[in-house]
Amino acid sequence: MDIIVILLIICGLIFFTGGTVGLLRFPDFYSRLHPAGKLDTMGSLFIMIGLALFNLHHFSMGNLLTSLKLILIVVFVFMASPTAIHAIVDAGVRAGLRPWKKGDKRR
Amino acid sequence: MQKNAAPDQHKHTLDPSSEHTPRKRPIYPFLITFIIMFVTWILLSGKFDGFHLCLGIISCAIVAYFSGDLLFDSPRVKGLLGTWIRFVRYMPWLLYQIFIANLHLMYLTFHPRMMELIDPEIIKFKTKLKSDLALVTFANSITLTPGTITVDISTDGQFSVHAIDRHSGEGLPGEMEERIARAFGEE
Repeated sequence: MDIIVILLIICGLIFFTGGTVGLLRFPDFYSRLHPAGKLDTMGSLFIMIGLALFNLHHFSMGNLLTSLKLILIVVFVFMASPTAIHAIVDAGVRAGLRPWKKGDKRR
Repeated sequence: MQKNAAPDQHKHTLDPSSEHTPRKRPIYPFLITFIIMFVTWILLSGKFDGFHLCLGIISCAIVAYFSGDLLFDSPRVKGLLGTWIRFVRYMPWLLYQIFIANLHLMYLTFHPRMMELIDPEIIKFKTKLKSDLALVTFANSITLTPGTITVDISTDGQFSVHAIDRHSGEGLPGEMEERIARAFGEE
């Protein structure tokens, strides 16, 4: 059980690391949002599942409720994150920022 | 077996009798909103004594009364259960796709010559989905599948999508649209 939990949390941390590295490495505003929004969502999914499982170690009603709350966080993140990214991208388009094309300089 | 089950429910959804729900304010949206609210209340409060449950019932009833018609369009409430079941069946596939695509994005991120691999472009296509809920689900699914972000949707279903490389963009609209159309009974 502990092994599964540790594996899940490490997976989540790897995804978070990927998100951060991607945020630093990608060339422009739009492509930076790809890792920022999605790898983080995936990372939080793994970490929350891991924590929910860990919390169920000693099974009781209160622990079960806490685990369900953790899962609820994931559900809301999965709904909110794409919407927020879409709003940010839309703001960029409205402000007239041009997407990076292959061969351009890094911004 | 799943493929056989879906068209039957779909027929049921488009049954003409469901078009003739009364024009007065129907009770179903209120009830469904109330139930969702109350389950959330119990989950978040975690107290089962009478006092807290009564508080929950009162506040959920007030909220459901004011905003019951926000969450669901009243004419299509009868097909709602089927939609939910089919939507839940769509989730595992979406999660799998998100996982696969996340791995692809991780590969891009950690690749030493990333700048040569990525080739951002904006793709425009037209979808056949009609209802608002289906369009929103489609847009959010596209954004969650890494490599693609929905930039803009117009009301007639014109999408523009920012894709990070060729590989991510070529799958659109494709299978995801079909599955959402099936989930919302819009084949």
